[in-house]
Amino acid sequence: MASDETIDVEIWQGDAGGGDYRAYTVPAQRSQTVLDVVTWVQQNVEPDLTYRFACRVGMCGSCAMNVNGKPRWTCRTHVSNAGDGPLRIAPLRNLPVIKDLVCDMTEFFDKWVGAGGVFKPSATRDDPMPAIDPTMTERAAASEAIECINCAICYSACDAVAQNDAYFGPAALNRSWSLINDVRDAGKTERLTAAAGIGGCFNCHSQQGCASHCPNLLNPTLSIAGLKRAAVKAKVRGEI
Amino acid sequence: MIAAHRKQPLWFAFALHRVSGLLLALFLPAHFYVLGLALKGEAALDGFVAWTDNPMVKLAETMLVFLLAVHMFGGLRVMALEMLPWSARQKTFAAAAAAGAFGVACCFLLGAL
Repeated sequence: MASDETIDVEIWQGDAGGGDYRAYTVPAQRSQTVLDVVTWVQQNVEPDLTYRFACRVGMCGSCAMNVNGKPRWTCRTHVSNAGDGPLRIAPLRNLPVIKDLVCDMTEFFDKWVGAGGVFKPSATRDDPMPAIDPTMTERAAASEAIECINCAICYSACDAVAQNDAYFGPAALNRSWSLINDVRDAGKTERLTAAAGIGGCFNCHSQQGCASHCPNLLNPTLSIAGLKRAAVKAKVRGEI
Repeated sequence: MIAAHRKQPLWFAFALHRVSGLLLALFLPAHFYVLGLALKGEAALDGFVAWTDNPMVKLAETMLVFLLAVHMFGGLRVMALEMLPWSARQKTFAAAAAAGAFGVACCFLLGAL
């Protein structure tokens, strides 16, 4: 039973074959994060509880979990801001579970590549470094998308991903949009063809759950809308 | 029960657009049936038109006008979102679409009373 000194928490444990929630009572602390709670359970009660984290300061994107039904970065989510009622922690939605709170990110990064997420240089290391004007339109558009930490929170929040296995998802398309706005990139046509093809930007229903959940306050819907406009223009001009 | 990750205004705008579209699709057969009455002669259609003077039918028509308006305004919102330069006021546009549809439905009801 929770009190001012303790927190009631339920943590999902299992694997790809299934699992269930187990309940714990954890000592409450000031400014306690959800990741602190999971770590306490792992270190004091359940040594084989499996979860993923690295930096603990919102830089690496590895500690994302489903907290009270919403995908969150657990290292920067205070228990006091996690929602009402007992804390309920589960693995991210839309990704296969390996064990407990750890998801297999393979399909997430495969889709990232499939949407044209790999930079194709237009110059070699022997060429002079190109000067990029920070005020130019393309650079401003790239800057809006570039701070993605690939935590997969947007991917987990997206209903279009849940309903369509082929859909690349918000993070991959956001990456594609940031490269399309990179003036050094030499792969724009192939990239736009991939981003507008099967599994591409036109699968987005513009529900904007990605933007409302992104912990870095990015807006993948904005990027996907940009891809849609660019793809329509390129199609009309016969470029893709 | 709405899942926690969906509890944000633009998901509700999406859901309203989708549900209104489905309900309008269900209404279409009735619409074509009424149009078909005109082919059976003036009396058949006049009989139906007289039936629509019933206040409950007027209320149902008001709902129908709301569905039509909210689906049209919602569709314009999505087209603007996807094809015009991005605006940060997405929630405002969704609220305006719903408010505009409510206004159109109220105008219809006032005209029908």
